[in-house]
Amino acid sequence: MSGIGDYLASLVDYLDVNGTLVWDALQQHVVLALVPVVIALVLSLPIGYLAVRYGWLYHPLLNLSSLLYAIPSLALFAVLPLLLGTRILDPLNIVVALSIYTLALLVRTVADGLRSVDPTITQAATAIGYRRIRRLVSVELPIALPVLFAGLRVATVSNISLVSVGALVGVGGLGQLFTRGFQLFYSVPIVVGLVLSIALALLADLLLVLAQRALTPWTRAGVSTR
Amino acid sequence: MSGTFSYLLDGSRWAWGVTGSFPERIVEHLGYTFLGLAIAFVIAFPIGLLIGHTGRFAFLAINAGNAGRSLPTLGLLSIVVVISGIGLLPVVIGLVVLAIPPILTTTYAAVQAVDRATIDAARGMGMTESKILFGVELPIGLPLILGGIRNATLQVVSTATVAAYVGLGGLGRYLIDGIATRDYPQVVAGSLLVGLLAIVLDLILAGFQRLVVSPGVDGRAVKGRGRRTSRPGDSPTSTPDDTSPDGTTPDDTVPTAPSVTPAPTHER
Repeated sequence: MSGIGDYLASLVDYLDVNGTLVWDALQQHVVLALVPVVIALVLSLPIGYLAVRYGWLYHPLLNLSSLLYAIPSLALFAVLPLLLGTRILDPLNIVVALSIYTLALLVRTVADGLRSVDPTITQAATAIGYRRIRRLVSVELPIALPVLFAGLRVATVSNISLVSVGALVGVGGLGQLFTRGFQLFYSVPIVVGLVLSIALALLADLLLVLAQRALTPWTRAGVSTR
Repeated sequence: MSGTFSYLLDGSRWAWGVTGSFPERIVEHLGYTFLGLAIAFVIAFPIGLLIGHTGRFAFLAINAGNAGRSLPTLGLLSIVVVISGIGLLPVVIGLVVLAIPPILTTTYAAVQAVDRATIDAARGMGMTESKILFGVELPIGLPLILGGIRNATLQVVSTATVAAYVGLGGLGRYLIDGIATRDYPQVVAGSLLVGLLAIVLDLILAGFQRLVVSPGVDGRAVKGRGRRTSRPGDSPTSTPDDTSPDGTTPDDTVPTAPSVTPAPTHER
């Protein structure tokens, strides 16, 4: 038991000495993980819509997105400065790289979500007099929200864990604690980083679940699905 | 970019049996990938089948996906290295933990999504539970299960690059060493090889999927057999085709429908 107590004491010691470093890393981690989600969400809505509207775009777009997903994150982090003309330590590289991954994931989600809308509902909306754009915004998108949120949760949680790979190119939020622990061969910073990173992912996931509950009250009314 | 090509096309880097040559790094990379995937499969596949079949501990399968995604591989790798020392073990553990969630979650989802009416019919015919699982649920769920395995393979291939960070080989060597020495052609060459490897493996698995998935499950049977499913007596059996768990199946049947037209002439 004293082993665990000692370990907790060294954790507290570490946080005491390196508090600001850990706090900065955490803040950077949040920004690096969440900004790409916002960027990708904004971009994925029109692209996903186009993939559904023009059916022939659907498969090429999905193939492209799974191709983008096959690029190792480390490679993208390292190569982007070359393509963007940024410095290698510029956080922008990480943001752009993660935006690409998130976009690849969300385009599929948006397209599948819109395709999941029952055609009779769209037809009914058209019959009542909804024009295309208004039908999209006030009928199809709300119905696609559960699918969209499922994709958003996957993207957010995996982004939060992907950011740490950025530490290998010098910008990685909590990932810096992993490389630091590895270099010192000391497990305490790694444990701190792991705990914070997982907690952050859980918190973000929880917030998204709550947002979904607030935005889709009709899914809980009436008969449950299966 | 031209630097990358001269790096990639340098014949001396393609020689067999030379330390650090492309073939050796590719074999190492494939080794980590295969080891991680095989162990993850042996653990996750049976558990996924059981949970999907019995419906018990379903929360485990559902939450495994999220838990696995939220765990940073680099952190896991570093902590295992610090605890157990540098070697193959930390890398394999990292990759196994990465590959278990997609395999477990999709196996569970695939088995669980099989139409209840189909299972009831199998049970009514007198099939035992294990026959139902392996003779009905598994073949019907196979496209989805293989989708999960392809997904896991993609992730493991691209994450196996991190092995180089803890001193092992594989294609990640070109990335880590290239970054350390600011040798961008080397970094780009390594990334291209990893991407190519991922695509090739995915194509092989796609071919394997075509080989093992029953033509009746993925909609290919519709091509040759014409409109058999529209016979009045067959209406219950046509439902699993329409409401397949994998959203792609109805999609695949649509393009094949026009090609049905010449096929009936052969049958007559």
